Amino acid sequence: MQRGWFARHRRSEELNLDEMNDAWVKCNGCQQILFARDFERNLKVCPRCGHHHRLSARERIALLADEETFVERDAEVVSADPLGFPEYVDKLNRGKANSGLPEAIISGTCTLSGIPIVLAVQDFAFMGGSMGSAVGEKVVRAMEYALEQRLPIVICSTSGGARMQEGLLSLMQMAKTCAAAAKLHEAGVPYISVLTDPTMAGVLASYASVGDVVIAEPGALIGFAGQRVAQQAQVIKPPPNFQTAEFQLEHGMVDIVVPRKELKHTLSRVLRFFTGG
Amino acid sequence: MRTVLDFEKPIAELDANIEALKRITAEQGIDKSEEIAALERDRERLLREIFRKLTPWDRTLLARHPQRPYTLDYIRVIFDDFVELHGDRQFGDDGAVIGGMAWLNEKPVMVIGQQKGRDLKERQRRNFGMAKPEGYRKALRLMYLAEKFGRPVITFVDTPAADPGVESESRGISEAIARNLREMMMLKVPIVSVVIGEGGSGGALGIAVADRVLMQEYAIYSVIPPEGCAAILWRDPKRAPEAAEALKLTAQDALRFGVVDEVVAEPLGGAHRDPLAAAQMVKEALLKHLPPLQKLSVGKLRESRYERYRNLGVWTVAAE
Repeated sequence: MQRGWFARHRRSEELNLDEMNDAWVKCNGCQQILFARDFERNLKVCPRCGHHHRLSARERIALLADEETFVERDAEVVSADPLGFPEYVDKLNRGKANSGLPEAIISGTCTLSGIPIVLAVQDFAFMGGSMGSAVGEKVVRAMEYALEQRLPIVICSTSGGARMQEGLLSLMQMAKTCAAAAKLHEAGVPYISVLTDPTMAGVLASYASVGDVVIAEPGALIGFAGQRVAQQAQVIKPPPNFQTAEFQLEHGMVDIVVPRKELKHTLSRVLRFFTGG
Repeated sequence: MRTVLDFEKPIAELDANIEALKRITAEQGIDKSEEIAALERDRERLLREIFRKLTPWDRTLLARHPQRPYTLDYIRVIFDDFVELHGDRQFGDDGAVIGGMAWLNEKPVMVIGQQKGRDLKERQRRNFGMAKPEGYRKALRLMYLAEKFGRPVITFVDTPAADPGVESESRGISEAIARNLREMMMLKVPIVSVVIGEGGSGGALGIAVADRVLMQEYAIYSVIPPEGCAAILWRDPKRAPEAAEALKLTAQDALRFGVVDEVVAEPLGGAHRDPLAAAQMVKEALLKHLPPLQKLSVGKLRESRYERYRNLGVWTVAAE
């Protein structure tokens, strides 16, 4: 359904994927060796076990946006180092090199199955998709643009949470993004939140959880505290599927868990409910 | 048992000496008043000296001081006729969050705060001040109640973090915090928050979205505890003092970044040395900030609340 979507974006391959060579890849789920071509054609979902490997922001945009329709916005907004935090500048540079992006999120407009939307997608390869001031600003600008144009907005999260290196300013992005989400909520502008692997902590506890509809990818790690902290904290043993998309679905925190190859179609059905008729 | 922090030890020694002299005066009738006065002058000078050069880590320890006044201590002094209200009407009542109706100088207000415990039993009941989803939902329920009857909301922030356990995850701790952030942004009545101890990350923020955020002089406010930050950065929680420095978690830092609107002074040597005076200072700050907010129209109030948060953050424009 998304022919050529990966071919256009080969460069930003996922890092933790154990690549044997160009022709072969190893699945992070079942450890099976797969034909790279089959794997890519299957949207980086293991054809054997169904494990969903992470997508770069560009790959996900290619997956969701109709061909040639994505127009990036606010690309000039990037991180500063307001605290003079140890090693932050190095980490930002590494994030840029790892992801090929200037910041941990890309935002813009596109059509999705013909429906005009605002689309923002995080990239885990840029400092774990963490939210500092620049990410917060870009999320808010995307929401404000959606409000102004009365366009539905889809945000795909992948993030370890608030970015430690900007201290309290990162924490405040949680409030800032929810402030913009509040405006969308009051104005009745649809906001669809897509949780992908992993969506954690400060991002899950802010804009990612206040979508009108919350969709998750199968097997995605979705939770508040790191697993270690969660387990230390209590005598109760976590279930085997703790903090997965399926766990969150079971506990009522997610509306739908959607396999990647159906994500675009499901989004179009959801968006049409809000915008069509 | 009183806790004495390392940097407080010289003061504690002087206190012991002063006590001893007072005992001699009482028991043996020998007049030691001159010596006592001299020691007390020393004590004050020493306190000033020590507290002038506190490190961020010293401040972290002060913010967590076991004798530091907690939310209920402040409520008792600042407000009249507090009626505590319980429960989130969905699951249960969270001991880590307290809330209820109260009067601030003859004006009705809704008071909400995180509550730590003093002894082991109360600490467990209060879950060390770590709120669960039902705590955030109770807080929100009380805010809606305040909104319905046009009463302003005052929140006291003092938590190491939101509860990170399996139960909290199962009941949607992230959703509970996120919803509060959004709903507090839209609340039609004024909100004033005071960080009185530990402002622990999202767990603190979940009741701290406000028109005015005040912070006590020796409170801290941070995206991550220094120990956790040190563990991530250097794989060594013992380097927490360095992390505290790097995180810029003091009240003065928060003021500089525009995260808080005023730093509320504490009595010399910290709130735990004179809880009554500390509460009076907080009360004065509340009485200064609340009335102007109550004069604003709902539209203006919410617009300036939005702008307050909209403008937080420091980023740059890429050269290209």
